[in-house]
Amino acid sequence: MKKITKVVAGALVALALPSLGLAQNYDDPAEFAKSLAQLSATPMGPEGEPWLQYLEDSMVDTSQYAKDGPATVCFSNAGVNNAWRVVGYTNMTEELALHDNIGEFIHLDAEGSDDKQIADIDDLLAGGKCDLLIVSPNTTAALTPAVEKACEQLPVIVFDRGVNTDCPVSFVHPVGGYGFGIQGGQFVADNTPKGGNVLMLRILPGVDVLETRYSAGRHIMEDAGLNIVGAEFTDGDNAKTKSIVEDYLQRGDIDAVWMDAGATAVAAIEAFEDGGYDIPVFVGEDQQDFLQKWDALGLTAIAPTYPTYQWRTAIIAASRVLKGEAIPGPEWVLPQPAITQDTLADYIDVTMPPLHYAMCGCEGMANYPQAWGGK
Amino acid sequence: MSIVIAPLKRMFESRRFERNAAFYLLLLAGLGYVLIAVATGQMQYLTLDNLVSILGRTVALGITAIGQTFAILIASIDLSVASLISAASVLASVVMNGDPGMIVPAILAVAVLGAVVGLINGVLIAYFDVNPLIATLAMSLIIQGILSAFVTNFAGDVPEGFQVFAYGTFAGVPYALILMLLLALGAWFVLRHTRFGANIYSVGGNPAAARSAGIRTSRVIISAHLICSLCAALAGIYLASRLRAGAPWIGADGVYDLESIAVVVIGGTVLSGGRGGIWGTMAGVMIFSLLDSIFNLTGVDAFVKQVLRGVIIVGAVALYSYRSGRIAA
Amino acid sequence: MSLAPASEKPGRSRWAQINPVYFVLLALLVLIVLQNPRFAEPTGYMNFLKRAAPLAILAAGQLYVIVSGGFDLSAGSLITLVVVGSSMLTNNDPNATAWVIAVMYAIGVVVGCVNGLVVTVLRVPSLIATLGMMISLGGLSMMWSGGSPRGYLPDTFRFFGRALIRDVPVIGLLPIAVIVMVVSGLLLWLLMSRTNLGRMIHALGDNPRAAQLAGVPVLPVRLSAFVVSSLSAVTAGILLGGFAGVSTDVGTGYELQAITAAVLGGAQLLGGRGSVPAAIAGALTLQAIFTLLNFMGFPQPLRQVVQGLILIAAVGLAAYRKKQGAG
Repeated sequence: MKKITKVVAGALVALALPSLGLAQNYDDPAEFAKSLAQLSATPMGPEGEPWLQYLEDSMVDTSQYAKDGPATVCFSNAGVNNAWRVVGYTNMTEELALHDNIGEFIHLDAEGSDDKQIADIDDLLAGGKCDLLIVSPNTTAALTPAVEKACEQLPVIVFDRGVNTDCPVSFVHPVGGYGFGIQGGQFVADNTPKGGNVLMLRILPGVDVLETRYSAGRHIMEDAGLNIVGAEFTDGDNAKTKSIVEDYLQRGDIDAVWMDAGATAVAAIEAFEDGGYDIPVFVGEDQQDFLQKWDALGLTAIAPTYPTYQWRTAIIAASRVLKGEAIPGPEWVLPQPAITQDTLADYIDVTMPPLHYAMCGCEGMANYPQAWGGK
Repeated sequence: MSIVIAPLKRMFESRRFERNAAFYLLLLAGLGYVLIAVATGQMQYLTLDNLVSILGRTVALGITAIGQTFAILIASIDLSVASLISAASVLASVVMNGDPGMIVPAILAVAVLGAVVGLINGVLIAYFDVNPLIATLAMSLIIQGILSAFVTNFAGDVPEGFQVFAYGTFAGVPYALILMLLLALGAWFVLRHTRFGANIYSVGGNPAAARSAGIRTSRVIISAHLICSLCAALAGIYLASRLRAGAPWIGADGVYDLESIAVVVIGGTVLSGGRGGIWGTMAGVMIFSLLDSIFNLTGVDAFVKQVLRGVIIVGAVALYSYRSGRIAA
Repeated sequence: MSLAPASEKPGRSRWAQINPVYFVLLALLVLIVLQNPRFAEPTGYMNFLKRAAPLAILAAGQLYVIVSGGFDLSAGSLITLVVVGSSMLTNNDPNATAWVIAVMYAIGVVVGCVNGLVVTVLRVPSLIATLGMMISLGGLSMMWSGGSPRGYLPDTFRFFGRALIRDVPVIGLLPIAVIVMVVSGLLLWLLMSRTNLGRMIHALGDNPRAAQLAGVPVLPVRLSAFVVSSLSAVTAGILLGGFAGVSTDVGTGYELQAITAAVLGGAQLLGGRGSVPAAIAGALTLQAIFTLLNFMGFPQPLRQVVQGLILIAAVGLAAYRKKQGAG
């Protein structure tokens, strides 16, 4: 009987989880404060090369991993299933060409599946060829055991999303979701009159780095006395995004649009254009199509970024570890600048594809722009 | 030349070939794997350990496909397995919630969930004459909708003790793999050596004749769907154990609905029901897994791989259907 | 066979012979207007029609395959291929639109023919044949674009899905997409109900063996059904690309929605029965359900649940009516 009540209780907990559990996981005031501080911190490292910079003053010794001659680096990739990852992966392969001490590079694409990525890491370890493993985890908790197992055999570098273990040599990532949410939310709060209506557009639920963007953005805007008229999931789909905005416009005015990712920002802007409305304050991201639209229409806008240059940093970290040089760690926190009206012109490049992420730190690389699909 | 071709041609046209085609395909895939490993100088992938690892990645799909075989054998189909896998994984991990004492109740709860889903699918198809494709598609939407309304991320926690299910090994062979093989053995026994198994083939092959022979076709249909859903539920538990928690996207991300159907038909079970079997399905699962490994060995990018995958599914099925003489639709 | 319009059954009123989907659609529209009176203004209902247009056209095309006894699961990924491919080929050049659209329709013909040939010649069930096509086309779009959109669609291309004519008497404004929907719907309706091809598709789906014996040329007829479905997917793709621009997953899920719409319109799976106007009404019904739930503030996942319930209800009801009719 006791067991049955426990099962029922468990099921009820499951139902209550979204309201309770998520609030705790993704709305951590300490993390929020830490990110806020990091956004305004002065980065260490060479100026003008943010992919080499770091915000936390702590290094790890890697002399034990030093290897003579070209090494084999393996990379278990969550996927190249969206434009951000496509740009990032191009950064990575181009960076690779700059490092003589990396001989072979084995890349396994998990196609967005945790299960496949766990199997992929197994395969790489079973193959026994890797001298170092780079992991870009599909999800945090699920990949933890696989990464822990890998750590027992070889040095591991994790980047983008993290894992729940500190066994990797370093975890490379920009300031993160809270930082993104803070930059956009603050801009809306500063540029929208009190009581203004804000529509929040999100891609999809459940991704840590997106949930934190949302919680941070929402906090700031609510605290500024703005009225959040809705928070909708767009699935990253242009048609759906445009439809959602059209529907909201039919119901009332919108003074600002906050987005947790900018891939569909232009579709959202078009909903205002096609309906004959003024375009409100906009939070997008560093995609070329949004930046160009922003410039052409003279919007009041900001583009927080989740810089793709971290894909370069992952290779740089790997190369240094294999030379036995110290690297920032256990976390290598990269700067995460937002594109503002003042810097907009620096990032616009009409020859690049619409979803090229401008904060790539790749303009100076040998095969730019062709390798990224530019002309 | 003809010395080689003639026997090949005869083999291709024989009935035995049709029965064993899945295994020839498997052999071909295996051969391809070995050749590519040798040709690219990656001999380290030719060990027993690696074979086990290749088989190990099939467990979730394999268990699901065993169930799907039952559904397809009775000329039905189940599109709800992917959503059910997600729901089962979440339910299992939430009920366990890190407490080893809750492992058994969690498994029971998931079994009940699977049984309920299978029962509803079966009843809709058998008693209400709803087309199986639509019934299970609708079921899939309903399960996924309810699930996503309540859970948006990894939920619950699988206790350390239960992760043994996915990560533990016996003499180097994962428990889960042994379980899958035992399950296949059981399914084979049921299908080949029990009255119920014979009924499944009759109902799938010719429902009218089965009915007039006194078989309660509705019961057979419902049982087949029960088995299918229970297998999917088990796959969900396995994935929860492997990922240490359940998540509402696990099933959809693995495309277990379409993939399980694909491996079943590649294994020679025909969509119109009544013909096929478990070992064909197992061969189909291994073919998929070998393909994955071949693609990993050669470093073919994921997009090319997707194109080839589509072609291979159609090509493999064409191998059976081409000589069937039936009009397909 | 159900070639002729449903035979008149004595004792049943004329109302009972009208497809129930039209009543359901009407009821839903009334409910929507009650929820949100602004829907009755031109911007409201024209937005609704514009948004429903791709699905309506796709459902009407899918109906051809369904009536012939099969499924076309490749329609959704063909939409994606059209949008991605057009953006690659036009390269933002407004003068390229015409020939690029022609190329897209040619691709549609090829895809339809391959589907049809695999089903008729290799005798692969259409569920598997088009599943394979769906997976391969998905991969092709990604290969073509390198995984993310590489170009823009020029305004001349986007015209069909995005532009609207303002200051139209009575209705105020008229999206081009709605015109495309009406024209395609009319064409597909005429082709199905007024030509020999339509009759033969029905016959083939009703009883392939009998149709073959009666002299229906199976290969060309089935091929035509798949080609029509693919062409409708190309049209839907042009509208969707026009409506909101390029993305690499525009078409995802559209195949199942199109089948759902056709089924809501009373089409019988595995062949023999179905009507183009009813399939279009089915698509509008589906869109109306989404709109209504949206206005009522239902969270997205629950919309899925409602869609599932309605699907079961519609098919269960149809099966029940058939049983009653037969008994």
